[in-house]
Formats: sequence, C-alpha cells, structure tokens
Amino acid sequence: MHDTVVRDHVLTFHVPTRGFDGPGGAAGTDSLATDQGELIGMYRAMVLTRTFDAKAVALQRTGRIGTFASSLGQEAVAVGIGAAMAAGDVLVPSFREQGAMLLRGVEPAELFLYWGGDERGSDFATPRHDFPICVPIGTQAAHATGVALAMQLRADRRVSVCALGDGATSRGDVYESMNYAGVRRLPIVFVVNNNQWAISVPRARQSAAETLAQKAIAAGFPGEQVDGNDVIAVRAVTSEAIERARDGGGPTLVEAITYRLADHTTADDASRYRSDEEVSARWKDEPVARLRDRLVDAGHWGKEQEQQLLEECAAVIEAAVTAYESRAPLAPASMFDHLYAELPASYRAQRSEVVARGGADA
Amino acid sequence: MPEQLTLVDAVRTAIARAMEDDDNVIVLGEDVGAIGGVFRATDGLSSRFGTDRVLDTPISESLFVGLAVGLAAEGFRPIVEYQFMGFLYPGLDQLANHAGRMRNRTRGRLTCPIVVRAPYGGGVRAPEHHSESFEAMLAHIPGIRVVIPSSPAKAYGLLLAAIRDPDPVVFLEPKRLYRSSREDVVDDGASLPLDRCDTLRTGDDLTLVTWGASTLETLAAADRLAADGIDADVIDVVTIKPLDMTTILASVERTGRCVIVHEAPRTGGVGAEIAAVLADEGLTSLLAPVGRVTGYDTVIPMFGLEPHYQPTEQRVLDVARRALEFA
Repeated sequence: MHDTVVRDHVLTFHVPTRGFDGPGGAAGTDSLATDQGELIGMYRAMVLTRTFDAKAVALQRTGRIGTFASSLGQEAVAVGIGAAMAAGDVLVPSFREQGAMLLRGVEPAELFLYWGGDERGSDFATPRHDFPICVPIGTQAAHATGVALAMQLRADRRVSVCALGDGATSRGDVYESMNYAGVRRLPIVFVVNNNQWAISVPRARQSAAETLAQKAIAAGFPGEQVDGNDVIAVRAVTSEAIERARDGGGPTLVEAITYRLADHTTADDASRYRSDEEVSARWKDEPVARLRDRLVDAGHWGKEQEQQLLEECAAVIEAAVTAYESRAPLAPASMFDHLYAELPASYRAQRSEVVARGGADA
Repeated sequence: MPEQLTLVDAVRTAIARAMEDDDNVIVLGEDVGAIGGVFRATDGLSSRFGTDRVLDTPISESLFVGLAVGLAAEGFRPIVEYQFMGFLYPGLDQLANHAGRMRNRTRGRLTCPIVVRAPYGGGVRAPEHHSESFEAMLAHIPGIRVVIPSSPAKAYGLLLAAIRDPDPVVFLEPKRLYRSSREDVVDDGASLPLDRCDTLRTGDDLTLVTWGASTLETLAAADRLAADGIDADVIDVVTIKPLDMTTILASVERTGRCVIVHEAPRTGGVGAEIAAVLADEGLTSLLAPVGRVTGYDTVIPMFGLEPHYQPTEQRVLDVARRALEFA
C-alpha cells in the first residue's frame, strides 16, 4: 500500500459578494451612488415595474389576462440590468425581467398583450433586436450565447445579457452555454436572479454549491454575488461586467441575491410551501422602499414627489391597459401567417378551414 | 463542368458554394474544423474559409440548435452539424420550443434561418445509437422543414435551398448513401425546390412512396416488378415536412394502389400520415389497402440484426404483390 499525498492545491477560488447599502460596503466605483438623476431614474423604473406587476396580477384575477409572473421584490435586479445595458446590447430575458424590458423601451401594453395570450406582445416596437420572454427554463442561455458569438464574429462592440432564475442554473444547457462562452471569451453577462425559490424548491435543495456564482469558475470566468435588493449595487456590478465583456474581457456570471415576495406565478400558491413569517421578514429588505429611504435621507425625495410618481405610474399603466384592451383581436387564421416566411402549399387547406369556421381572413 | 461526386462530396460542395456566396453562412459542430467532420462533410472548409466561419465546438448537443437561434437572430445563417441523428435528441427541445416558433411568436420580428444537418439511418455497421431514423418526430414540429436527399445531385441542390431558406431546416443525410455511388453534379449554385416530391420513375400499376436510403430497395423492387410487366411510380418524398401530398394523391389516382417504404418504426411514422391522407382524400381512387414496409416498432437492433429490421427489396416486393393482387 502506498499512501498518496496532497502535492499542492491547484486551485482555490473566491466569490466576492458586493452591496452598496448595508453590510458589505460600497459597490460602486463610479459616481452612481451620488448621481441623483440616475438614482431617481432607477427609482422611477422600479416603481413603474411594481405598478405594472400589481395591475397585471389584478387583471389576471379578473380574467383579463392569463397566468402572470410578478417580479415583486426583485425589481432591483431587472432595473439594475436594464440601467447597465447600452441600447444596442441585446437582452435575452427569462420571464421575470419586466423591469429591464420596460426600461429598454418595451411598452407595458405589449407585455399585457403577451400575458393576455396574444403573440403580438412579443413584436416589440422597440427594441427590435431584444429577445422575447422565454418560458422554458434556461433555454435562453443558448440563444444569448449565440447572440454573443455573432457579436464576437463581427467584432461588434455590443454585449449579450442573459437573465436567468436560480432554478435555471440546475440545467445542463445553461452549463453548456456558460462552458462555450468561457471557451471563446464571448461578450456575454449571465445575470442570475436568485430569488431563493424554483417554484416550490428552495435554493438549498437546488444545488449543493455554496454559491451559484461559483458555477462560473468551472466554466473559466468570474462569478460574483451582488445584493440583489440594492439597485445601486446591481447596476454597478452588472455594468462593470458588461463593460469588461465589451472590451474583450469575456463573460461574467452575476448572482443577484434577492427574494420572491409573490407567488411563482398567479397559478401558484406559495403558502403551501413557505411560511408567512419567512415572507414577512423578507419584506423588511425589499428594494423599492430601500432606495426610497436612501433618497429621502439624502434629501432628494419627499412625499410630494412620491405622490406625483405614483399617480404618473398609475396613469401610464392605466393607459397601457386601455391600449391593450382596445387592440382588435387577432384574426384566427393569423396562426398560420407567421409560421413560415411563406405558407407552404400543404397548409392552405387547414388555413381555409379556420377561415371558413368564422375566422376572418387576415 | 460536371464532376462525379458522392453524396458526402455533394454536401461539402454545396456548403462551400453557400459560404462563397454569403458571408453570413457559417458552420459549427463537433470536429467540423481540423478533421472536417466525422464523415468529412466539411473537409477543407476550415482552411479555405477560416476558423471564424468553421467553428469546432465542445460536445454540447443541447446547446447547438439554441446557439444557432441566437446567431440567426443577429443575421447569420448557421449550419449546425450533429455527428449522428442519435445525438440530435437533446436538440429537439430547441427545435420545438424555439427554432420552429421564433418567427411566429414574434410575428416575424426575429427569424431563424438555420440548417441542422445530421447523418441518419442504419446500414453502415455502426455502433449503438448511430443508426436512428426519427424523422417522424421532427415532422411533428410546426415551423420547421425536414428534408432528406437521396442522391448526390439532390444533396447539392436541396442543401443550397435549405441554407437559403428563411426558416429552419433539418437536413437528414442518409449515411448509407454517403459513398455508395457517384453522379454528375454541376457546382453552379442552382438549388432544387423544397416542399416537393420527386418522381423517380413512372408507371400506372402501383405507387411506391419512399425517401432517403430506402429509395435503393424500392427502386430495385420496381425493377423486378417491371421485369414482370408491372410498372410502378416511385416517388421520393424529399421534404418530409411540409408534406407534398398533391403529387402522391395524383399518382394514386392513376394507379389505385400504394405502398409506402421507410426505415423508421411503423407506428406514428410518416407513412402513417401519408396513408391517412390517402384514406381521407384519395379513398375513391384506392383499389387496395395502402401497404407499408417499415422498420419494426422496436429499438433499431445493433448491426447484427439490422438486415432483419430494415426494409429489403424482398419485403417491398411482398407487400407490393399483395397490393397488386387485392381485388
């Protein structure tokens, strides 16, 4: 028998975790934290997102849209992503990034259309190049990697930003995407919205890895955590990763630690698997109040502005509901019209059948 | 000048032509670069067009189709090679959930002009999982095309059409035919039409419908029947999805008898769809039940038993005679 000895440790790694507010200290290396205009811009975007989510849940409850996934409590993640991206970058979202999508120019009426069961909701007027909502978990990581490969092959100084949930990091295709992104040092940033729950499966039962960020280490690029309820930190850390990718520095995985205050979707009942106490405790750290308190403390925000903002957001969302509900319904036969560039001959009879059954010809 | 090419040569020639014509055409997959692919279908392309247009990838079969979806959204026309159809199963998720519906779900804002190539079918004494024929699963996916060439000239013209097509195409290459014969192919950049059957020979007594490598046994059976004075239409379906039933129905209207030959398992096969449409739209033409000669509903055996699984000339003849004798 020969005993083996440890000759060396070939690798030790570190996963930084950053925040601006609270424990962890200053995230921002730029002047973001003191830039009143930008802070207020992000605050407005978070409030608009929350207003949108609340309205969408109400519309679902009254049967005016279908199942909906609220981002309640996670507004800082999506808004931080949206604020960090340049207009020409490509957002490849999952289904909880309305905060980023709205900030990038997607109309709330388009999102209502989407959740209202109408494909036109993914035909954004702007931005034309962003990906639509992706429902199958994690599959968008492959698209984002392809987008980043296209940018690299064209030596285009744009960046692909892929948003994922914590649940998606359990998937093989997400790892395949990260692995290839690492091999080619692609201009891509993976942002994991770690809201602690994959529907009913808590974070601890999704992965034995101490952090999700460290999954990037295996793919050969940096991973770091950020306080996902701190929009200043999310914006700063994501922006740093995006600019590094833009400059040829390769991918980054940002794990934003947050909490899903709402059900997974309107079809879920989270009371079946988590306690009210747990959720109540997390409300104390929710991101909108946190930034508002900061703005108020700094003398940048007051009751009047708050009241005005709430009214503005309510008006924007009400107008979006009106726009959504006043769209003429899709012609039934239109289900055939974007399937292929040109409808193959063999489809004509099926299309005619739909038209004959009362679907107006588009 | 026409050149005598094998089917795999024709695939390579078509890809090179498309890459020459359009900088957006790129090739990616496992081992497609330095060694030119396991069947050499991309041999020489890497040195000719560079490693930025012929990309060797890690073994990531769940990734490839999705990667192509992203590339296509940014204006590329990627050609993805799967080494064998048996390894395309992980790609079904991306084909069905994304490639086939991107145009529809964004109302044409984003489109997906990609080609997914895979050698398919048995008959080359390959290891397990290397002989699959699951074209019927692919044919069930809306928004994509499934194209199967049966000769070098068709491989050239159809692959060019697939690469130029504005929608996703799965291009299945019958590996048994890769080097089985040569034929004159003119590298003139001319494509062949998709979505259309090709009639390989004509006759008024019987319609034989097939595709891919089974065209060999089907044509051989037709020759044997011809020696007995029986003339068969032999139809190469070519595009499995969308299916050109017009050509098949017109043939059966003349012959009244039809036998479908395919290597894939019988139940739920593309032959079942063809038979269903014949029952639905061609019933008054039919003089006999529609026959099928197919692989069995088993796992395709390892190559020891493969000859008992694949449609043979004799099996085609037996079922054809049954259809001919039915009164």
